[in-house]
Amino acid sequence: MWWSNLFTDMSKASFFNFSFLPKYGAFFVQGIEYTLLLAVVSVALAVIPALLLALMRLSKSRIVKGISGAYIALFRSTPLLVQLSIIYFGLFGVINIPRFNLFGFVDLSRFIPGVVALALNSSAYVAEIFRAGILAVDAGQMEAARSLGLSKWDGMRLVVLPQAIKNVLPALANEIVTMVKESSICSMLGMAELMFGAKAVASSTYITLAPYTLAALIYFCINFPASKAIEAIERRMRRGDKQ
Amino acid sequence: MATSSNEIIRVESISKHFNDGAVKALDDCSLTIHQGEVVAIIGPSGSGKSTFLRCLNLLEVPTSGKVIFDGVDICDEKVDLDLHRRKMGMVFQHFNLFPNMTVKKNITLAPVRLKLKTQAEADKVAMQLLERVGLPDKADTFPAMLSGGQKQRIAIVRALAMEPEVMLFDEPTSALDPEMVGEVLDVMKELAKDGMTMAVVTHEMGFAREVADRVVFMADGKIGEVGTPEEIFDHPKSPRLQDFLAKVL
Repeated sequence: MWWSNLFTDMSKASFFNFSFLPKYGAFFVQGIEYTLLLAVVSVALAVIPALLLALMRLSKSRIVKGISGAYIALFRSTPLLVQLSIIYFGLFGVINIPRFNLFGFVDLSRFIPGVVALALNSSAYVAEIFRAGILAVDAGQMEAARSLGLSKWDGMRLVVLPQAIKNVLPALANEIVTMVKESSICSMLGMAELMFGAKAVASSTYITLAPYTLAALIYFCINFPASKAIEAIERRMRRGDKQ
Repeated sequence: MATSSNEIIRVESISKHFNDGAVKALDDCSLTIHQGEVVAIIGPSGSGKSTFLRCLNLLEVPTSGKVIFDGVDICDEKVDLDLHRRKMGMVFQHFNLFPNMTVKKNITLAPVRLKLKTQAEADKVAMQLLERVGLPDKADTFPAMLSGGQKQRIAIVRALAMEPEVMLFDEPTSALDPEMVGEVLDVMKELAKDGMTMAVVTHEMGFAREVADRVVFMADGKIGEVGTPEEIFDHPKSPRLQDFLAKVL
């Protein structure tokens, strides 16, 4: 290709020595797909447990509140890499997942433990997002529902939650952005996501720096527009709320 | 007692304490409300009027005492409170309409969900009630598009759609612009005329005097004086009430 000559004079440690691209580009494409899959699937899986944790946290029972609080504290106060390692070697040392390749490059025996760890971690953060979202709904809404004879659960489900979900959608989207970044840690356990791709290219080409520069660029090009879009949506939603 | 046959709510010496008794929002209050009666509750702010009203449908749970509704002590934990709340409509100072639902949905949500009516029946009743408060054209509007007075009329309709035996009003006109107070009071007067049992916490002394059968004056978490509007407004006994009336009238 015409531009491959451009790189031949560059040092192995150059920031922009992208001479590996023609041969190893596919690593990055697959890496992007793997990363996005990890982030989206883990946040999606985190939503239901997070909602449960948030409702437990708002419960009157001290025990129920305590269990949820302990879970959230545990997952927010320990590093993700430690959680990932414990879940990967501990939990999935016992549970055996057959080697099965999804889409040809997603090895489920690695992907599932990764997703489980990310989802468990994410649910602690999303739970706090939901809790804040529920508390942000005026207490008068639940009172009005209860005064009509609706049960607490009906009031929550029909009146409070629909309003809370709308409040938390931007924060939830931000959580996906966070996960796109955080999931890079899964490369440590051999999941073929973007960071893993960069590492693999670096070690097989001896080009030490540029694969990571490219990875950084890709992460940025995913996350920056995404967070800008979320901000724009947030602004529009706020305008819609004005009475 | 001759009156006990048609009593609908009897409050027996309820108290409400906050912070382990450091704050006594209500202190040994008793009151009986009879069928078809309009009771206005007046008093300075912080006197416990709203807390008292909110104790009637247990939005606020009294620390001690009993609230007997239709002969049942609803403070008893074995009682299905939701079943009794259906029969007590409540109207709030800040309307508390559900902003994510249309007016019609606001009105029909509870009757349909609680299987008291089908959606079609509930829709019909909603339209009739909206007609009555002069807002039939707002059925498919969202609350954000309405004025304060319109919102409060819809809130009244929402409570009425449950066909309650009693209506509780918690300062229903306090959050309204002055020019909208009248339209809400008119709806309430209409209700009173139709024989609805009503308990109204209000700062509208004119309304209390004109519409109420009895007026309750509260101060410092206690029920100070109870009497007909004439007794309360024209012949106040306690200095506390005289002082209060001198300020508001």
